[in-house]
Amino acid sequence: MIAEKTIEQLNSVGVVETQYFSFDEITLESGEKLGPVTVAYETYGELNRNKSNAILVTHALSGDAHAAGVHTGQNNPGWWDSMIGPGKAFNTNRYFVICANVLGGCKGTTGPSSRDPKTGRPYALEFPLITIGDMVECQKRLIDYLGIDSLLAVAGGSMGGMQVLSWLAKYPEKVRSALPIATAARHSPQQIAFDEVGRQAIMADPYWNFGNYYGGALPAKGLAVARMIGHITYMSDVSMADKFGRQRKNNGQPFKFIDYFEVESYLRYRGNSFVRRFDANSYLYLTKAMDNFDVSQERPLHDVLNGIDAKVLVIAFKSDWLYPAYQSKEIARACKLSGIEATYCEIDSTYGHDAFLLEFEQETHLVSHFLKKVFFEYEVTGSYDV
Amino acid sequence: MTYENIRIDHRVVLEMVEPRSTVLDLGCGTGELLYILIKEKNIRGQGIEIDDHAIYKCVAKGLNVFHGDIDSGLSEYNNKSVDYVILNQSLQQVKHVDSVLSDALRVGKNVIVGFPNFAYYKSRLQIFFRGRTPVTGAMPYQWHETPNLHFLSIFDFASYCRLKKINIRKSVYLNEKGTVSLLPNLFAQTGIYLISS
Repeated sequence: MIAEKTIEQLNSVGVVETQYFSFDEITLESGEKLGPVTVAYETYGELNRNKSNAILVTHALSGDAHAAGVHTGQNNPGWWDSMIGPGKAFNTNRYFVICANVLGGCKGTTGPSSRDPKTGRPYALEFPLITIGDMVECQKRLIDYLGIDSLLAVAGGSMGGMQVLSWLAKYPEKVRSALPIATAARHSPQQIAFDEVGRQAIMADPYWNFGNYYGGALPAKGLAVARMIGHITYMSDVSMADKFGRQRKNNGQPFKFIDYFEVESYLRYRGNSFVRRFDANSYLYLTKAMDNFDVSQERPLHDVLNGIDAKVLVIAFKSDWLYPAYQSKEIARACKLSGIEATYCEIDSTYGHDAFLLEFEQETHLVSHFLKKVFFEYEVTGSYDV
Repeated sequence: MTYENIRIDHRVVLEMVEPRSTVLDLGCGTGELLYILIKEKNIRGQGIEIDDHAIYKCVAKGLNVFHGDIDSGLSEYNNKSVDYVILNQSLQQVKHVDSVLSDALRVGKNVIVGFPNFAYYKSRLQIFFRGRTPVTGAMPYQWHETPNLHFLSIFDFASYCRLKKINIRKSVYLNEKGTVSLLPNLFAQTGIYLISS
């Protein structure tokens, strides 16, 4: 295990730097205009001469453009470092990998905490409601700017998976393959409900102040509670039992509501550390974008996918109860019905929704073989020794 | 082209399938048959398989597979939308044979079914003389570990087809050495049928 870890670090893309790209204006799906827009992004590997090896990786709710490698002077690797690098699933010796922070985010791309050019102050709630499709539109501008005509693949989990589906629906001719992971074509009432509780926690914090907290005290308690709820839904009964059991942190009496159990202490820690790196208003806007997302706009999903020439790999995880496998199966079934070449796999994992970031061995196997087939345009792979 | 490296039942299926057709393999296992069909017959293939490890092997071969059980795998397909639906060594393992077969015949213009013959003479001898549940090459499992839910003979399948008015277009009977033409219900370990509705 230790040896494997070392190899993993050796296969890092190394020191990387976030880059920025700006454009004047975007017309949102709502019809509203927003501008100027800055997109923070990172790239790993080299774009080949005929620009056929570009892969867009899309991030989840709390992710950012920093998907792999490390930033100068820091040692926390990107959010999908186990999957992106030389010899890894998204093999940077072969592919050019791009990851951009989403519109509405708070990690370099324009969002509610950015400066509104009209007032000179942060947008706060003046920021328009954005959609998953608007995020994709910004990524499309970035791809154009990088001179890439078509993507070898778009891949992402959770909210990232929604962007993958939106790419398929909006720009099918630009996508040679799609990898929606642990995601849904639309949120179920249960998923909307959890998001709403998170939003209510933020808005109930007096420091939230209708979104106007920039430059003052942050709605830290509210955002921390929202993150705690999130973390509960990302894990599973089994993974929590494995990680914490009923272990106690303090030996004192379970009195006066201190963080008595390990699990309580973990959630408090996760909640509090999230506040330092995430903007509460972004949390509101992004969760709303997820809740409003419906890739087929109430039409049957296979109608939207009809005639698309991309290959699709759908991955779900057994213990994921936030994005249950039936939602991924629905995506796979729609591919089947619309004649898209698709593979569906349900990875046996106890990690819950978090599995898409943790089960990298199985994911690596599936993703690397799938990408190889698409990249080399193989009918089938492997030798004839059956 | 010689197919000496290819499993004998796969060779029989290979000969039943027209080039450049579409194939749905229900219970495709590690994908060997689909792989051969794509290589040799240029078919467009899709597999359905329940076992995790088998799925990983299919993906490594570059096949399109769905992780799921056969019993619920057919409902979304339109009538006659696939040239061949294959149930090779998997029919005896599905829960509801009747509904799976009739759905396969609805979806597929042709259906290929391969199953172990329970009335193979060695099985009969094991039951008759040893009083034991038979374990043979085509049915290599002990009673407590077998994935097979149904035990049928070549006669059983033929009479089932008569009853359901299923059209048997071709039938091939196999033992370990090759095809069997004499008294197949006694001497064949495996029956492979090309049928249609």
